[in-house]
Amino acid sequence: MKNPSFIENENQMAAGAADALERAGFSRRDFMKGSGALIVCFSMGGVSGMLQAQTRAGAFGENAAADSPPANQVDSWIAIGSDGKVTAYTGKEELGQGMSTAQMQLVAEELCVPFERVNLIVADTSMTPDQGVTSGSQSHPANFNHSNLGGACATAREAMLQLGSKHLNIPVEQLTAVAGTIRSKTDASKKVTYAELLAGKKFDLKVDPAAKRKPASEWTVLGKPIGRPDMAQMATGTFEYAHNVRAPGMLHGMVVRPSAVGATLLKVDESSVSGMTGFVKVVIKKNFVGVVAEKPWQAVQIAGKLDVTWSPGPELPKQETFYDHLRNQKPTRDTLLVNSTDVDQKLGEAATVVKATYLHPYQMHGSIASSCAVADVQGEKATVWSPTQGVWHQRATLAMLLGLKAENVRVIFRRGSGCYGINGADAVTYDAALLSQAVGKPVRVQLTRKDEMAWENYGFAFTIDERAGLDAQGNIIAWDHEAWSPVLGNRPVYTYPGNVITGYLAGFQPEEFRPRSPAPEPTTFSNNSNAIPSYVVGHVAGADHGAGKVKSERALLHNVVSPFWTGPLRSPQRLQNTFAHESFMDELAARVKADPVEFRLRHLSEPRMIDVVKAAAKGANWDPRPSPKARTASAGVASGRGISCVAYEGDNGFSAMVAEVEVDLATGKITVKRMVVAIDAGPISNPDGLRNQSEGGALQGLSRALGEEVTWDDHNVTSIDWRTYHSLPLGFSVPKMDVVLLNRSDVPATGAGETAITVVASAIGNAIFDATGARLRQVPFTPERIKAALSG
Amino acid sequence: MSFLSLKVNGQTHSLDVDPTTPLLYVLSDDLGLRGPKFGCGLGQCGSCTVLVKGQAVRSCITAVESVQGVEIITLEGLGTVEKPHPIQKAFIEEQAAQCGFCLNGVILTAKAFLDKNPKATEKEIEEGMSRVLCRCFTHTRMFRAIQRAKQGMAR
Repeated sequence: MKNPSFIENENQMAAGAADALERAGFSRRDFMKGSGALIVCFSMGGVSGMLQAQTRAGAFGENAAADSPPANQVDSWIAIGSDGKVTAYTGKEELGQGMSTAQMQLVAEELCVPFERVNLIVADTSMTPDQGVTSGSQSHPANFNHSNLGGACATAREAMLQLGSKHLNIPVEQLTAVAGTIRSKTDASKKVTYAELLAGKKFDLKVDPAAKRKPASEWTVLGKPIGRPDMAQMATGTFEYAHNVRAPGMLHGMVVRPSAVGATLLKVDESSVSGMTGFVKVVIKKNFVGVVAEKPWQAVQIAGKLDVTWSPGPELPKQETFYDHLRNQKPTRDTLLVNSTDVDQKLGEAATVVKATYLHPYQMHGSIASSCAVADVQGEKATVWSPTQGVWHQRATLAMLLGLKAENVRVIFRRGSGCYGINGADAVTYDAALLSQAVGKPVRVQLTRKDEMAWENYGFAFTIDERAGLDAQGNIIAWDHEAWSPVLGNRPVYTYPGNVITGYLAGFQPEEFRPRSPAPEPTTFSNNSNAIPSYVVGHVAGADHGAGKVKSERALLHNVVSPFWTGPLRSPQRLQNTFAHESFMDELAARVKADPVEFRLRHLSEPRMIDVVKAAAKGANWDPRPSPKARTASAGVASGRGISCVAYEGDNGFSAMVAEVEVDLATGKITVKRMVVAIDAGPISNPDGLRNQSEGGALQGLSRALGEEVTWDDHNVTSIDWRTYHSLPLGFSVPKMDVVLLNRSDVPATGAGETAITVVASAIGNAIFDATGARLRQVPFTPERIKAALSG
Repeated sequence: MSFLSLKVNGQTHSLDVDPTTPLLYVLSDDLGLRGPKFGCGLGQCGSCTVLVKGQAVRSCITAVESVQGVEIITLEGLGTVEKPHPIQKAFIEEQAAQCGFCLNGVILTAKAFLDKNPKATEKEIEEGMSRVLCRCFTHTRMFRAIQRAKQGMAR
């Protein structure tokens, strides 16, 4: 069997880079220190201040580990071998969203080399810069603008032009960069390759944020629908996922999770399994229990037979009354996102005040694969192969968990299945590491379906109150948003292994819940959670930052302690808040008998929002009229259409969706016939990749809107497999899908992966209202809830 | 432990395994195959699908002893990166995957279905795929790829 390789395509690496890596062994940092420096004679004057601002790469590498390859150095991002091949290093992972392909296109484009000559090394703490986690639609903003990977490539190309000018004795203005070569614009015979110019040296250059980026009008690789190079491997069963990593001498582990939420370990009877075939060890650390066996099926059987006694655990809040429980729970941590301080007064003056409450359940990432990782912990050193979204975060918290020095821990990203946020990836990596440390051999752990689903960090439940005032002309004059949402744990980041189940069981506390009430007044504008509706001015610190026109505004969030683990799930908070805002906007439009599109446009100021709304409406051939449609029958099937839109995180991408639905009035069954989604993500790196993401986001949103809900009883989560957690299978009637891409080359690149999903539940809810006059204010829209709304 | 004979992708293997072991574990751990994948271990999602005598079978709930000596085909037994099977080619051409983890079950279930129902309507194909999950929701492209494969296989 194949040993796990340090990199995915060793043979494709730039020749110089591969040699250097071999010399360096464990770390590329040695390579970066050891290679000869390239002397580039061109001015870096005038940009030092900007450089200072750009030197740290979270998404951009803020808080990066001290020994990360520095984000402000070109060599941290690219190496050109003596064979002309380019190796690029990135912290932004391929999670199935097409990010590797887009980044290879970026490198090929900016560096002017053929796409086939680019190899990408993804997320390995021995080689790639610390870019935090791959999440939240941050990869494009981080790497496709003027810093990090994009900036490094542009800086390198300019350096090659300068060196080429000197080498060829031709002014830079008369030179061009083509296919890894600097050549005269007028005489193609006068040329020199990058490899010749570099002569095996590294760049030794700071990333210049002022380096000229190629305008989109000149793109030949970026912006094109290039197919993913990993597609053929995936389709033929040869791609190596984390699940396929095999280390020499590897054993197999399984974990035994508590019998109930909050249960603690009382007793383990090792004799219940010690005679079983393949048994290696029972491992206990505080409340963490696991077993190691020679073969995976043996580990499954041993874990099933291990006699473990747990305390009963506390009684969970009743699911039936959970949304009220959120509203009444103390203490709270309160956050004001925006507050004009006159909302109550304006509501008092309004001709009409409309109120509604929206409810959103905990939902799960529900990855198709049960999470899996391989760890090899030997003495003071550890190497793990993990599907984590943040290798540097994982390294820091693994070091805490194992009691090792962070610099002795290497985390290598290997793709798991689609995660959509923090699924079981980090927890299972801790599981494997704890078990490996206990036996001193490599251990692979693959969670059971139940362990994946019962203990992951769920997407947030929400109770949301919306209030708005309308004037006599039917315009909104005040909007008040107040929400309650439970939290426990999160991503482990650099310091909280206890933010996920394994770290907690092994004795680490989750990030402390710090009560705070009342909330301080906002001093900086942030709409990261889309708590602020698109239709208000978003006035903070003396300026308007919002996408809308309504001046009287308040958005207030109360966080409370969750009984279950929580964490980011594709479009965290944004999806739930947008469901409330956009459903409520529809209710307001209906109240004043306005067309829902026209009513939105009337209250928006942000041109990019206006454009996506218009594009979606046009794409759907929108019929302007108020909702609901006049209902002609009380039986049979009613059809309708609804619209929704979002300025994702306020300014990180824009989307609007029109959904067309049919409602079976007798059964309450919903069939979505068509979805038209318009997306503006700035300049588009790969239109086919963006379409794929948008189609997937739209349908995933549909599944979450119609069926997905975490359920529990007095002590346990009861949605633990695909019979009890309802995901739409391949066999449902897939709606006709139209993705309208608004390509903008004059603005920075924004996020794209989470924009489509954010608007789905509200678009469908609004379409159901249009069809039937029944308003759905609780996700998921099950047939029972639809029937209740129809009769209500 | 006892020796079992398993015929996978045209090769016969003699294996010393617990006969109650699910086929999936033997394929991925004893034979090192990457096509069949562990999704749920409950036969609910389809990721572990293999073809047994041409039928789509969920290998995570199939005891290895029950398929001794019969012909088992995994995703890597259909075609290669250089020479993909027409249905694999259709998925590549349609770029019909995101994370790709479910692709094994999607392609093999579709192949078994199309082999039996070469003239299936869109609705019938949808029903044929009704027990397979893709959590990235690449459904639109996957159905397009299956249609493309159907047309290719009909020619």
